[in-house]
Amino acid sequence: MLKSEITLYVNGEPRQVYVRHTDTLLHTLRENLGLTGAKPGCLNGDCGACTIDIDEEPIKSCLTLSVESTDKKITTVEGLQNAQIQKEFIKKFAFQCGYCTPGFIMNCNALINKYPDADDAKIKDWLESNICRCTGYAEIEEAIKAVLTKNQQGLSS
Amino acid sequence: MISYDFEYHKPTSISEATHLYQSLQSQGKKPMYYCGGTEILTLGRVNRIVTGAIIDIKGILDCNVLKLEENLLIMGVANTLTKLNETNYFPLLSKTIIEIADHTARNKITLGGNICANIFYREAVLPLLLTDSQVVIASPNGVKVSFIHEVFHQTLNLNDGEFLVQVKTDNSYFKMPYVSVKRRRQWDIGYPLITVAAIKNDNEIRVAFSGLCSFPFRSQQIEQSLNNRQISRQSRIDQVINDIPAPILDDVHGSAEYRLFVLKYTLNNVLDALEGERHA
Amino acid sequence: MMSIGKSIYRKEALEKVTGTAKYAGDFSKAEVLHGRLVVSSYAHAKIKSIDTTAAWTVQGIRAIVLGQSFPLTGEEIKDRPPLAFDKVRYYGEPVAVVVADNETIAKRAAELIQITYEALPVVNSPREAITSGAPLVHENLIFYEKIQHVYPEPNTNIADRTKIRKGDMVKGWSESEVSVEASFSFSPSDHTAMETRCVTAEINRDGKLVFSSATQSPYMIKKLMNDYFGLEPGKVVVRTPVVGGGYGGKVAVQLELIAYMATQAVGGRTVKIMNTREEDMISSPVHIGLDATIKLGCTKDGRLKAAEILYLFDSGAYSDKGATIGRAAAVTCTGPYFIENITCDSLCVYTNHPYATAFRGFSHSEVLFAFERTMDMLAKKIDIDPMQLREINAILPGQTTPTQMLLNNSTVGSLPDCIQRLKQLMNWNEGQRIQVSDHLVRAKGISCIWKTSTIDTEASSGVNLLFNIDGTVNIISGIVEIGTGTKTILAQLLAEKMKMDIHQIHVKMDVDTETTPEHWKTVASRGTLLAGRALLKAADDAMSQLKDIASRVLICSPDDLEVGYGKVFVKDEPTTYLYIKDICYGYKYPNGYSIGGQVIGTGNYMLRHLTHLDHETGVGKPGPEWTVGAQGVEVEFNTQDYTYKIIKAYSVIDIGKVLNQKAALGQVMGAMSMGLSFAGRETYVFDDEGRVLNPRLRTYVPMRYGEHPQYMIHFNETTHVDGPYGARGIGEHGLIGMPAALANSLSVAAEVDLNQLPLTPELIWKTKESGGTK
Repeated sequence: MLKSEITLYVNGEPRQVYVRHTDTLLHTLRENLGLTGAKPGCLNGDCGACTIDIDEEPIKSCLTLSVESTDKKITTVEGLQNAQIQKEFIKKFAFQCGYCTPGFIMNCNALINKYPDADDAKIKDWLESNICRCTGYAEIEEAIKAVLTKNQQGLSS
Repeated sequence: MISYDFEYHKPTSISEATHLYQSLQSQGKKPMYYCGGTEILTLGRVNRIVTGAIIDIKGILDCNVLKLEENLLIMGVANTLTKLNETNYFPLLSKTIIEIADHTARNKITLGGNICANIFYREAVLPLLLTDSQVVIASPNGVKVSFIHEVFHQTLNLNDGEFLVQVKTDNSYFKMPYVSVKRRRQWDIGYPLITVAAIKNDNEIRVAFSGLCSFPFRSQQIEQSLNNRQISRQSRIDQVINDIPAPILDDVHGSAEYRLFVLKYTLNNVLDALEGERHA
Repeated sequence: MMSIGKSIYRKEALEKVTGTAKYAGDFSKAEVLHGRLVVSSYAHAKIKSIDTTAAWTVQGIRAIVLGQSFPLTGEEIKDRPPLAFDKVRYYGEPVAVVVADNETIAKRAAELIQITYEALPVVNSPREAITSGAPLVHENLIFYEKIQHVYPEPNTNIADRTKIRKGDMVKGWSESEVSVEASFSFSPSDHTAMETRCVTAEINRDGKLVFSSATQSPYMIKKLMNDYFGLEPGKVVVRTPVVGGGYGGKVAVQLELIAYMATQAVGGRTVKIMNTREEDMISSPVHIGLDATIKLGCTKDGRLKAAEILYLFDSGAYSDKGATIGRAAAVTCTGPYFIENITCDSLCVYTNHPYATAFRGFSHSEVLFAFERTMDMLAKKIDIDPMQLREINAILPGQTTPTQMLLNNSTVGSLPDCIQRLKQLMNWNEGQRIQVSDHLVRAKGISCIWKTSTIDTEASSGVNLLFNIDGTVNIISGIVEIGTGTKTILAQLLAEKMKMDIHQIHVKMDVDTETTPEHWKTVASRGTLLAGRALLKAADDAMSQLKDIASRVLICSPDDLEVGYGKVFVKDEPTTYLYIKDICYGYKYPNGYSIGGQVIGTGNYMLRHLTHLDHETGVGKPGPEWTVGAQGVEVEFNTQDYTYKIIKAYSVIDIGKVLNQKAALGQVMGAMSMGLSFAGRETYVFDDEGRVLNPRLRTYVPMRYGEHPQYMIHFNETTHVDGPYGARGIGEHGLIGMPAALANSLSVAAEVDLNQLPLTPELIWKTKESGGTK
């Protein structure tokens, strides 16, 4: 058997899809489900443009098979609802062409949720997984730090 | 995108997995065990890995174990590098694997996948070589435990149908002084120019390398030379270089000559860390 | 100011952060066929045979298109078959395209195509290319069609030569008391836009060819389809949604030609071709490489007297934009200094490397790397502060450029002011090299910059303004939103001009050549000048129509009226007014009579008085104005292992007028990052057979988060009279001094002349080992 019907839990909804076993999750999200927020950039796990969150962890959807993602909670950029990080990306001019943005945002989103007190080293460790070719990265640094700071202030008050 | 097709199987027990392998093999499907899958997907895309069936071993409980049992740390191969790093039972392993690929990729790359990789860096194996770890290997005939030195020579030598289930490391090693240094061409992520990991057991330094030759290794001869405190540190390092067991890599990350230069000062750094700054 | 200078968020911001912005590859329809390239595994080889038998056995194959002898394509010299014919000239060159029902089938079949090659000797660098007896990349150069102003040299590998002959070299050298000469080199590299190039093409039943393309030059595609294939311009439509980064790489028209051949082969059905990353890196055109030799002479007190320059640009297998790049390099062959006596030969040279196209800065970062390194070497030789050497020679209004264009207060910004400011920002007086600890030094290096745009003398832009019934305005411009935010700038210009709230202005982001007025190409930092001026003219046009209608209702002269705040009002008596929303579709009197009609503002702009360069001397006016600036880099360098960290990067740029503060900072920061990445780490690695060994982002590693320096940016504002509100071009300038500044800082740090790129620890080690460069 080389193809199967499977159920993926994407952005809070069960979605039935018919996939080749070799299909990557990136392919299925884009081609079967029309969720084109995750971008193909290298299909080799190098650029991070296809990053989505699976069970709250950032994952490169080009390095993941659809068939191995069935019992997991998948969140794509389309599943974010007005997240702080999205607002800060706008305010801090943290993108230009926007192609790497969904991947960056999903990585930031997972980081913010998992480590609301992330320090510089942690932020670097996570965000060096994505390439942005337009900004100087300083803008992205400002954006994520703005959210982290806000959250920390929220926690302490 | 992979242009050929494969079947996907996800067994829940070791015996189911090995039997599946046998049956798929007999059907001519050239099955492969699949764990994190990052390499099968990236090399599959360029047809450097071709298979008709993959057997995902992430559903097997034994492969997901991560616990300290008496003095042995048992690490199932399906643990991701991120998980191993976060739990940080084994500091040298954490230090070494946190430099592999990038963080998001490490959420998918598994211990087993890195050890058994085609891409020859296999840096996760360095700490295991240094700590005389044991490997648990499953085959259709059952499960056997060996010391890593018995089965890992450049690569993990598995027979057809076998797969790596767990790695076991004696926790007495975890308290020993260690150092793990990764040098890259010019950046902070991805493949090494060279990686050197070392621990100090009593007074003996053990050292293992990746990126220096076309396979990772630990060498008795090198360790003898390195620990020969009768001669100057410089001579010890020169001797180590003479003992390198295979041609030094010469590729896009750096020339062989440059690797040698980097190796020399990296060994100095290692000795500084484990023996203290040089005074002699 | 209502809007100018404010950090207005980009108009498409929400779409981009929510992932709903659609790029060329995001549109999909079930009936679309997929094209997959088959590319060359040799850098130079004769194609002996192509066997498609096995590929045809794959179910779902619709066509296999191979190269043909005609047409040959190329923007200046027609030297390139869209698919290789007879021989391949670079590793990765497209040889065939397979069209199939889906991507998987197309890939599967493409892998089954068997090509037999006969290897030919390889030309692996520009210096090699111009030696006598070098293999010829193009044996038939003499027969190729070409434009008038390009000068290929038959039976050589020289595709074009631009000559600058200014002043009297004999005099120049006799007045020079000191001279230095040095050679520089770097290989081709990549743009690495995160979106790989992507195009779909279809031919409708009525013969209309419709492209959807990730391109910086939709209108050029239309023009070239006419030029290359003789298609009626009215029957070619190019649609371009937002584009995921260009940096010059999407100026080239390449995949579109292949997609056209593919759709033709399947009866006009839609064919989509999206580059893989590997194809995008080497099969599609790349960032040019350079070999250079510069000899500079000056007086003992540092006044430049003579410059003798040879630039050999590695255009790769085809000349497409390489010739234009070589010409732009000649125009700016020195740094931004006044030198009376200059001779420069700037050559576009064929090699068996991937072919070149525009790269952000269009030859300037490349040339400045060589020239500004030479400046530092000269400063060292005469023992003068490198900053001071630049101050002494900084170009000023009243002086002439290498092409002998006389500058004035508008056409050039103030370089001395930029240098002064940089000096303060960098705390230059503390010294260029400071020992921090045993093995750590901090070192600083600088580069001055200048750039004009050598663009087509007839380049123009048009803008339409349409009103909505609520008085809001839609801007329609042919600028492609490649990330520069120019369309948001247009909205700001309009808000300023019509004294409107920016939120009352809508911008059509995508371009459709059938309905959108042409903007030449989204390149050369010229969007704001060309489209901005067109927009201001369109606004004038709309405002005069509004005033005309209002004057009839208010019974006054249009001259007495002013437009602003959503109204047309009497200047002298602002309480007498009409809302724009009540007149932008004509005015209706209470009895039903109506006058006016819908207001459509149109405007265009074309650059004035640009000329071609004289072939013998280079004399001419190639661009409208010069943006100048001074940049610096501060590194922390380890003298033991030659690794370094870029601590700070500085830019002081005379921007004319800041139109959007944060957007301008972003443009400069991003460009600086790209320049540092190019200088410090990016290159293709070629083997002896001319094959690229690292066509992947795992081995070709652009700068990542956390490796970025602290950016220190300052803008000066010397008005460019022709620019909208005085603005100058800024999209590229942050990049162009970075390679030189980094090389200068590291040369100081390592105490050795570093004259190659990229500046890796290995290069520094090797240069130190070999006792320095020649």
